[in-house]
Amino acid sequence: MVSGGVSKFAKARPDATFQKIVKESFDYAMNDVPKLKHSMIDGSVVSYFSDHFTRQLMAGIMAVDYLGLCPKPNKRIEGGGATGGLCFQAGWEAVASGRMNVCAAFGFETMSHVPTWKGNEFIALASDVNFDYPVGGFYSGYYAMMVNRHMHEFGTTVEQLAMVSVKNHMNAYGNPYAQKRRKLTIADVRNSAMVAYPLTLLDICVMSDGAATCILADEETAFKLTDHPVKITGVGTGTDMMRMSDRPHGEVLLAPNEKKGDYRNLKYPGVHSFRAGRSAGLQAYKMAGVTDPLKQIDFVELHDAYTSSEIQTYEDLALCKYGDGGKFVEAGYPFMPQIDYGMKLPMKGTIPVNPSGGLIACGHPVGATGLMQAVFAFWQIQGSIRKHYGSSELQLKKANRGLIHSHAGTGTYVTVSIMERGW
Amino acid sequence: MAKRITAKRPAASSKFEELMTGTTVFNVPLPADPKALKGMSPIVIKQPYNIEYIHSYGQDSPFFAGLSNKKLLGTKCPKCDYTWATPRLACTQCGGETDWVELPQTGRVHTFTTCYFGGEEFLKETPFHLVLVEFDGVDTLLLSRLLGPGQPEDIKIGMKVTAKFRRNSQLKPTDVYFVPAE
Repeated sequence: MVSGGVSKFAKARPDATFQKIVKESFDYAMNDVPKLKHSMIDGSVVSYFSDHFTRQLMAGIMAVDYLGLCPKPNKRIEGGGATGGLCFQAGWEAVASGRMNVCAAFGFETMSHVPTWKGNEFIALASDVNFDYPVGGFYSGYYAMMVNRHMHEFGTTVEQLAMVSVKNHMNAYGNPYAQKRRKLTIADVRNSAMVAYPLTLLDICVMSDGAATCILADEETAFKLTDHPVKITGVGTGTDMMRMSDRPHGEVLLAPNEKKGDYRNLKYPGVHSFRAGRSAGLQAYKMAGVTDPLKQIDFVELHDAYTSSEIQTYEDLALCKYGDGGKFVEAGYPFMPQIDYGMKLPMKGTIPVNPSGGLIACGHPVGATGLMQAVFAFWQIQGSIRKHYGSSELQLKKANRGLIHSHAGTGTYVTVSIMERGW
Repeated sequence: MAKRITAKRPAASSKFEELMTGTTVFNVPLPADPKALKGMSPIVIKQPYNIEYIHSYGQDSPFFAGLSNKKLLGTKCPKCDYTWATPRLACTQCGGETDWVELPQTGRVHTFTTCYFGGEEFLKETPFHLVLVEFDGVDTLLLSRLLGPGQPEDIKIGMKVTAKFRRNSQLKPTDVYFVPAE
């Protein structure tokens, strides 16, 4: 990866159509590597989630033509909430296969075209329309059922969930791209409106208009364009059954740092864990040579559409054992060491999770989200946070290896990509 | 009698909900200076998007016929015995074709939630409880509504629940719902 750009995420961007919002992120990425000429781009991949939100079929090509990338190759990538992460990996595939030397991967979503509850209906159509959607299709309800089971199995608490919300909103305070920059307390999170028991309004991400672009290149070209490219050293993509009622109750897929005896009485994945996330993580770890993720990864940008799914994902990514996600946040591991969160933590953070503020605070314009994570991770690894955020408050001292994680459905598609300092 | 669930929505909100109603406008002013056009406010219009679909339940159809006859049908793989509470005609365990079987009408709450908001289609029904029901001898779960308990705190994982059926079938999965077992 040689460059990235993100549009400022907002509740609504009536001033621009999706093409112009994509161009803002694309131009930002192009301007960041002046040696990259437009003619050097061999092709592109584009992602957006929902034709319902866009009310424009083949919107992808309209972004491509607006950017002047015709008649070069392009295709649209779609996979629910993981759309952006899948697009990032499709861009990587185009370069890794040798088909392209330089590939632009960009994505967008414009969700403000319908009111919030209609938007929730559109999103719920990404659940089985024979058996799930008509019962009361609502993704916050699905995630609430999963976390209630997680609490039952492992003793996870609502205060632990709220700590994730406090952390991510506070991190976003230093990120000018974020949609919601708020200083919160655990009590604020618990006292906000109940959406689906036990998840409140502040446990859940918001809908957004936004776009993001990543420019990927082969190693030789990358070093011609920049002195500080970031290398993609591991990719993994996991899947699971659309209906969470169908998920097996079997044995844990073990990470290299786990053994069978750790999970004698656990039925897996059930509805408390994301098998697709574990599968994607294990593939990426194997490829990148990671055997002890907690020690070998410096930071994580993960898909916190819900505070609960951030806690579940700590476990899928083997940052802690299954069941210990709540204790993991309570102990302080995923916090940033340099930020004051207004609460007493037992230790300083060692593996900051969502230093950008994540989906909960940055927003979740679906087709852009996974690419946004890649851009924020890229800047962390480059050490260029000050340049792009206007302040180095969120720059991590040690950011040599980061992990990005994009997630769809009730854990239906999950992508994990590992990014490392390339110079 | 089912107790009414009390909504936990705040009584007062600090902002109005955005509405899709508005005023019909037939023309708008245009700045005389073309250089000013880039600074013009965007024009936002409303477009309808209403569609009726023909949707077939296809191979899942017997499930809905079962509900209208007060029977809960799942499927079972004759080769590996794996049993699905939410029917599927292809066994993902061994690839074989499954057979229809009748499920027990009493099960347990595997997990639950209470939705105070929802997708627009279901907003008027909120608050309501969703449950995933587990059955003895069945490998997977069934998503359904739970009626009866007043508050989420009144629902316990593991509590026994019994299926009830609408007398006038709607041919929807909500033709069955669950209530706490006597």
